[in-house]
Amino acid sequence: MTRKQRRATFILLSLAILGMAAGLVLYAMRDNIVFFYSPSDIIEKSVTPGSRIRIGGMVENGSLKNTSPTSIEFNVTDYAKTMRVAYTGILPDLFREGQGVVAEGTLQPDGSFVADTVLAKHDEKYMPPEVAESLKKAGRWKEGEEMPAPDGAYTK
Amino acid sequence: MIAELGHFALILALAVALVQMVVPMIGAHRDDEALMGVANKAALVQFVLIGFAFAVLVHAFVTSDFSLKLVADNSHSAKPLIYKISGVWANHEGSMVLWVLILALYGALVAFFGANLPSALRARVLAVQGSIGVAFIGFILITSNPFMRLMPAPFEGRGLNPLLQDPGLAFHPPFLYAGYVGLSMAFSFAIAALIEGRVDASWARWVRPWTLGAWVALTIGIAMGSWWAYYTLGWGGYWFWDPVENASLMPWIVATALLHSAIVAEKRGALKSWTILLAIFAFSLSLIGTFLVRSGVLNSVHAFASDPMRGVVILGIVTVFIGGALVLYGWRAPALKAEGMFAPMSREGALIVNNLLLSAAGVAVFIGTLYPLFLDALGGPKITVGAPFFNMTFVPIMLPLLILVPLGPLLGWKRADLVAALERLMGAGALAVLVSLCVFAFVSEGPWLAALGMGLATWLVVGAFTEFAARIALFSGPLTTSLRRARLLPRAQWGMAFAHGGLGILVAGLVGMTAWQSELVTALKEGESATVADYTLTLEKVGLRQGPNYEALVGVIRVKKDGKDLGFMMPEKRRFPVERQEKTEAAIRTNGMSDLYVVIGDDNGHGGYTIRAYVNPFAPWIWGGAIIMAFGGLISLTDRRYRVGAPTRARLRPQSQPAQ
Repeated sequence: MTRKQRRATFILLSLAILGMAAGLVLYAMRDNIVFFYSPSDIIEKSVTPGSRIRIGGMVENGSLKNTSPTSIEFNVTDYAKTMRVAYTGILPDLFREGQGVVAEGTLQPDGSFVADTVLAKHDEKYMPPEVAESLKKAGRWKEGEEMPAPDGAYTK
Repeated sequence: MIAELGHFALILALAVALVQMVVPMIGAHRDDEALMGVANKAALVQFVLIGFAFAVLVHAFVTSDFSLKLVADNSHSAKPLIYKISGVWANHEGSMVLWVLILALYGALVAFFGANLPSALRARVLAVQGSIGVAFIGFILITSNPFMRLMPAPFEGRGLNPLLQDPGLAFHPPFLYAGYVGLSMAFSFAIAALIEGRVDASWARWVRPWTLGAWVALTIGIAMGSWWAYYTLGWGGYWFWDPVENASLMPWIVATALLHSAIVAEKRGALKSWTILLAIFAFSLSLIGTFLVRSGVLNSVHAFASDPMRGVVILGIVTVFIGGALVLYGWRAPALKAEGMFAPMSREGALIVNNLLLSAAGVAVFIGTLYPLFLDALGGPKITVGAPFFNMTFVPIMLPLLILVPLGPLLGWKRADLVAALERLMGAGALAVLVSLCVFAFVSEGPWLAALGMGLATWLVVGAFTEFAARIALFSGPLTTSLRRARLLPRAQWGMAFAHGGLGILVAGLVGMTAWQSELVTALKEGESATVADYTLTLEKVGLRQGPNYEALVGVIRVKKDGKDLGFMMPEKRRFPVERQEKTEAAIRTNGMSDLYVVIGDDNGHGGYTIRAYVNPFAPWIWGGAIIMAFGGLISLTDRRYRVGAPTRARLRPQSQPAQ
């Protein structure tokens, strides 16, 4: 095998592997990305029920309820609009009323949301960036300000 | 007062790092031994200064000096000692100090052990190392001063996030950083080689142990992080393809590729400029990882609020280092002459395939991790790329690599006989097929792919052993000969056998847990029972227990299997009054083959408690495999060839001398 043929072999091999990787990435990108919406977005952009999405906002005070021994429901709000979220299982340790939350699952035809994953914020200071953003958009919060309590009143 | 001394030491360290960056570089350029000699002293002094600053910080945490803002924000006097210490690096400022401490430690190690390095190369390596130090110490002093005072000092601190008060996570960052920052050594060597314009076998022989050390630390760090996630997040999962996890996985993948390509550069003189490029990429990904984690741009379970200024400064540092290194590479790499002709079917060829596949896997993870950020930065929709994406890209790219792992070491250098190599793997292949068939025949649940997965794991383990057995003539000669040969076998061979075998065990763990996990979510009142897989769980009692700085809700659960009493499991839900947070402590019962994993939730308002239980077959093998891989790396690190052979360097040939 000449030097040229050898080089050609390796170039073809590299192209084949890179092509395979690119194909896989593009294919996986098509079906496996999950969009994030705030409760207002869902109503404004009329998201089709059944697709897999993430929603985020604040857990409304006093909205958490046990619907069965292992299932719970709570409201997620961006202060403009509110959504009912149902979840079965154990909530993450950091989940609390009045604080930020991100839930992944599917939108139901009746406009409620069934979550299979609930992500809660990580520490006192942290709020999921999407939640902060959508609250800012809704005009309910500015950077550096104390968070409004989700029932509308400013409490400390 | 003592905190101000720490701050002062850090400022001095910056000055020393500046000297270390500039003076030895000039010395190496002018061939001035005295100026080059400054590098060693500067590296040692820098380490001592940063070590002092770090010790001051530890002292402040241990003595709960709440006049320091960092301590007041992240510690509490009622915290156990170990978490007071780990609290030092469980926050942004402290973790950056740990980062530069490890950086300075590596520099000091080069100064200390590098007596056999040519002085110009050592001076340049330390100068590059110094420049990284300048950037990051400067970053700490400007944006993240850990020695900020609080006036007036509060009486009590705000405590540490309970999720971080955990033995697994206390030591996860130091290992991870030792790995991240360890790759800076490969980077510094690469830049120094580009400046010198030459790479030879002994260069590769110096780079390998540093990369190997970093790789071992990274492997342990990632395994610890995943183990922590497994037992504290209470989801029974071990890897979430979270951006912060990916940030540590990407340098690991590239470091693995680098380890393998450096072998070709050392043994055969080929793939030199590729090895340099990988060294640059490996550290670049460490820097990108640092940026992702420290700038707070991620929506991640790890992300903490942070100030945007920090993100901008780190992004600047990352851009300058990666951009500068790539420009230098583009300029100087063409001067590196490749030697060592080889046919595509050869060990070199196999290692190239290894590198191509690992790079492709790295690119897939990179795109999945950063695409949402790019899209967001460009004003596009907010998206999340989760586990399904990575399962569809990373896994298929890694599969061919896993299949080829046992084959590579059996191929000869330069030109190899594929048929002969395959013949030697007949045993491994037969066993793999047998295992697949058995799984297929006897295990009814789970996807049929799992049978192939277990076959692949067998192939890896037995394949690693085949190469090893052949080297020591295990079945072809008397046992005494084999033992003697095993003793004389280079440690690097032992290391490879362990690393590749550990990989097989890891694969078995991943496949087994993915395919055959059983889950149970139920609500139990005291006295009630539920079943998961073969186990019957009875919630006997729920009580409260007082911990050092928390109060725990404890579920006492009796476990029975086939009517046999296996004793109690006690999952806890801990409440930390200071931090006003809760933390789940899963109860895990393992027999080495599978885990029974139980979590207790809150009182559900119906007089019962939510119980989530999993049976995770082969779960312990995941971490076992990773630890065996790291152990293989450690054995390889003790290979005497790294020490004995290193000083002999090829004589400088006039034609490869760079234009100065």
